[in-house]
Amino acid sequence: MESKDQKMLREFNLTLPVSASDIAPLKVGDAVFLNGLVFTGREGLYDMIFEKKKEPPIDIRTLGGATINASPTVRETEPGVYHVPSITGTASFRFAKYMSEFLKRYKIRFLIGKGGMSSEVYKTCFQPNGAVYLTTIGYGMGAVYGRGILGVKDVAWKEELGLAQAMWVLEVENFGPFIVECDTQGASLFEQVNDEINDKFLRLYEDLPKFAMKRMGEIGSAKEEIM
Amino acid sequence: MIRGTSILDAARELNVRAAIDIPKDAYQKVEQLSRQETNRLSSYVLGKILENYDAATKDRVAMCADTGLPRYYVKIGNDAVIEGGMVQLEKALRQATADTTVSIPLRPNRVHPFTRKDNNNNVGMHAPTVDYSFEPDVDWVDITVTHKGGLFGGDYRMLFPADGIPGLKRFFLDSLAEFLRRGMACQPATIGVGVGGTKDMCVRLAKEAACLRIVGDRNPDPEIAKLEEELAEIGTSAGFGPMGFQGNSAVLDVHIEVAYAHTGGMPVGIQQFCYAQRRKTVRIFPDNSIEYREDPRWFTPYYRRETIE
Repeated sequence: MESKDQKMLREFNLTLPVSASDIAPLKVGDAVFLNGLVFTGREGLYDMIFEKKKEPPIDIRTLGGATINASPTVRETEPGVYHVPSITGTASFRFAKYMSEFLKRYKIRFLIGKGGMSSEVYKTCFQPNGAVYLTTIGYGMGAVYGRGILGVKDVAWKEELGLAQAMWVLEVENFGPFIVECDTQGASLFEQVNDEINDKFLRLYEDLPKFAMKRMGEIGSAKEEIM
Repeated sequence: MIRGTSILDAARELNVRAAIDIPKDAYQKVEQLSRQETNRLSSYVLGKILENYDAATKDRVAMCADTGLPRYYVKIGNDAVIEGGMVQLEKALRQATADTTVSIPLRPNRVHPFTRKDNNNNVGMHAPTVDYSFEPDVDWVDITVTHKGGLFGGDYRMLFPADGIPGLKRFFLDSLAEFLRRGMACQPATIGVGVGGTKDMCVRLAKEAACLRIVGDRNPDPEIAKLEEELAEIGTSAGFGPMGFQGNSAVLDVHIEVAYAHTGGMPVGIQQFCYAQRRKTVRIFPDNSIEYREDPRWFTPYYRRETIE
């Protein structure tokens, strides 16, 4: 059993944009807080850029190299003035196919989101571009992350994509904590953790019979029967 | 007579309380898990989850920015009279959803599934969902709202009597393997298991079991109650904490509900209600007085009845 003081993570407080040497000390399992500008991006943004081939009206390269797969809750206090009380990440694995080009084209150092991607994506897309993946924690931490948001600097494609999918440029201070899921070595914390858990977890299946009827995915191919 | 304006006002306030204030039963269970958890990463995350509950209540902001899909469960007393009838009640619930999407704010999550058109108010075709049940010999209306995400944590499978309880346990483990890794279910979660009925009924019961029964509540059938505790123990000992880190803190509780099934089948639905348990209930009396509470009390003896009456 670990004592209480061992339960703290190593914490880093970084100001954007960061250099390669700034992020080199980050290791999986460290906690990170960010200061500067962070922009949101999820289905809508990636679809506009990669499927509809449009460039955002805001030059992403000037924003500091940190993006979060998320959408905030937003209140329009007066026309064109927005307040963002809370924000939480959304699952990033769905956007893995865009990472190679996205990270390179927009010089992204921090991809923030929920739950990470595979180490294969980290090795082929993140590591070559000097990018790391930070996972939001718990995933329902809207109020804590909201406290790190100072204001909305800009918003793109609000009419086209709606409030939930628009690209929000947020001014942040002590925005976090995020946990380093993929560091500059391209390792995945989640994959390491899965390896540690699997032996114990799989033992729970012992003595449980197979299902009477199988499902697609449990048979070799679609030409087999599920009985 | 219960006035439409009473329903509208109560439903607005209900959404505010649900989005912001964590129910005590969930808070206390997470506190307990946090005290017991020994893994460094899991312990860190549980501590932050508690901090977030406190921050949401203090700052009056949504505890999770994915404010899910607002959903209403309405229990209508057999002697209740609603001004304008059920159509007026439904209109009030849709209006309250749109109003509080702007005022709290909630995230406008509801979009057309093909065009992805967003009305920016969480209202649309079959949205918000409203479910109904009835209660004899009373004249009030209970409205419960839940805000629940919906992308991960649920599964359905047709099992057969031959699969039995061992099959149910295997499917339960499968659902943990699918959705606890990387914390996709946003655990610690209340896991609802619906057994029997039809495909859609078992999935619906699973959701109601997860969202509409408080942590610590047991099914009145002692055999089912025992199975709830057994599955909770399996989920706890599976080795997961929040975010899929190592630990023994993935489960707030397990609730099982059953419905009479086809004689040849045992369909099973599983749903996980994340730790951001957005749920609140209001009772509106005929004199238009209102009482808010945290226990939905949705599963009444009448709702679970086996007999004709």
